[in-house]
Amino acid sequence: MTDSAETKEPKAVENPHVAALNEACGPVESSTFRGQQRVIVPAEKSLDALSLLKASGFDLLVDISCVDYLEYRGAKHRYGLIYLLASTSSNQRLTVRVFVDDPEPTVASVVPLWEGANWLEREVWDLFGIRFTGHPDLRRLVMPEEFTAHPLRKDYPLQGRGERHNFPVITRDHS
Amino acid sequence: MAIAPTEIETSPEARNEDYLWTLNFGPQHPATHTTLRLVLKLEGERVVDAIPEMGYLHSGFEKIGEHLTFNQYVTVTDRMNYISPMANNVAWHHSVETLLGIDLTPRCTYIRTIVAELARISDHLLSNGAVGLDTGAFTFFLYAFYQREVIYDIFETLCGARFTNSYTRVGGVSQDFTPLVIEKTRAFLKTFPKTLHDMERLLNRNRIFVDRTKGVGLLTKEEAINRGATGPVARASGVTRDLRRDEPYLAYSDFDFQISCASAGDCYARYLVRMQEMRESLKIVEQAIENLPSGPVDVGIDERMALPTKKQVYSTIEGTISHFELSMSNRGFEVPCEESYAAIEAPNGELGFYLVGDGEDQAYRARCRPPSVLNFAMFPHLIRGHTLSDVVAVLGSLNIIAAELDR
Repeated sequence: MTDSAETKEPKAVENPHVAALNEACGPVESSTFRGQQRVIVPAEKSLDALSLLKASGFDLLVDISCVDYLEYRGAKHRYGLIYLLASTSSNQRLTVRVFVDDPEPTVASVVPLWEGANWLEREVWDLFGIRFTGHPDLRRLVMPEEFTAHPLRKDYPLQGRGERHNFPVITRDHS
Repeated sequence: MAIAPTEIETSPEARNEDYLWTLNFGPQHPATHTTLRLVLKLEGERVVDAIPEMGYLHSGFEKIGEHLTFNQYVTVTDRMNYISPMANNVAWHHSVETLLGIDLTPRCTYIRTIVAELARISDHLLSNGAVGLDTGAFTFFLYAFYQREVIYDIFETLCGARFTNSYTRVGGVSQDFTPLVIEKTRAFLKTFPKTLHDMERLLNRNRIFVDRTKGVGLLTKEEAINRGATGPVARASGVTRDLRRDEPYLAYSDFDFQISCASAGDCYARYLVRMQEMRESLKIVEQAIENLPSGPVDVGIDERMALPTKKQVYSTIEGTISHFELSMSNRGFEVPCEESYAAIEAPNGELGFYLVGDGEDQAYRARCRPPSVLNFAMFPHLIRGHTLSDVVAVLGSLNIIAAELDR
């Protein structure tokens, strides 16, 4: 495995987009793994950074996702949001990561930039409980509306009774 | 999933007009083809607004992905887009191998390319067939389904399963191509163009079909990019993005093929793009099957990534060690504590997995980037102003697979 060698690539091949981000949002942490460029942007600057990247050519929002680093070795933050960007003209890709923490994990919504973010952010809110400020319609996407937990968090068990015991039981006599 | 009236996302004028008629479409309806729901606001026959609802098939696939090993999870990917399970298998292990840093053998890349392209043909046959069926062309649908059956037969000969193939493995595939598989694929390559020609003759200039699809569900290029459309839906709107050409994975850089695009952005353009893509897929399969490299089908036992064959386990010490290393619970793959994303051009669009490794045999997080979600999210935008009968045409042309939508 040559992972460590790959992650510590020399800074000589600095990506112009990373340089632009450095200028706009202060020093951003950037790394490469398997040829994939990733940057870490502070949560309060995420919308600025993403609009800057959109203006500089990353016009396609491929995905918004989240990772709960609760049990991850060496993790400093609880949640890591992942914005996968791509450019339809130059075919470049960029992964933008934003870290947020309990108790009120909140980040700015990117629906003003990309209409496609609407459902992706709803899914992250549903499964991870991260609020997107400025989202037009932040409802649950896949879980039922009366559901109270956020099941993709690491403290939510894979098996068990879950929230099902909250459901009203209707018997033949009391229907 | 219950819709509170206050939270319905309607256009401002629709909210104030209480004479509008509300029609519940789905979740069980023959024309949704899968389990999804639409709440339509109608003015006469005209759709003023549509509220898509999903989640009826949510089964926590991403949660399960955190508890199954990289080889086990492939069975779950079968059940995501069950119209083209082979493509999902290829996408999953493509992502896993990107994370683990495995280079496949040439034969394996060719085999995976062939099955992925056959999966694309079977997907487009179904989605176009369903558009035909919903707009009244039943014969077309039967032609398409007959050919899907031939592809199922090839897959059954290849790996024993028609539908849930679970064909790929980390570093290889479960079964090598046999002469019979190659023969059946060649026979399909010979007979299918004729059927494709017949199908095009049935619908391309069919007055009823053209009237019902042309100009319906318009999506401009800017809207397609802004709303995250990929695959045939984006290419029918003039976005010339195809990962097979733009980020050549597997063996695609070896083949000569065209990217099918259209500029109209309506249902008819999506139909035409899919028809043309089937022809291009045929070209790829033909080139791949005639130039299939010899050699091993997986990375071999020295890499400690692919499970050795029974014979290797029982007759060689390397095979035995490798087998134990991979199957014991405290050993397994060497997974870096890293994150990576890899995607393929699945029949429906960009299908990728964002994997987080933490040294364990299963992913710490296995995020699936499903093309159906973004396609379904733009449905209200596409249908506003059209008639009720256009709902099925637009829905069919987006090819939404609820199992992939909800995961």
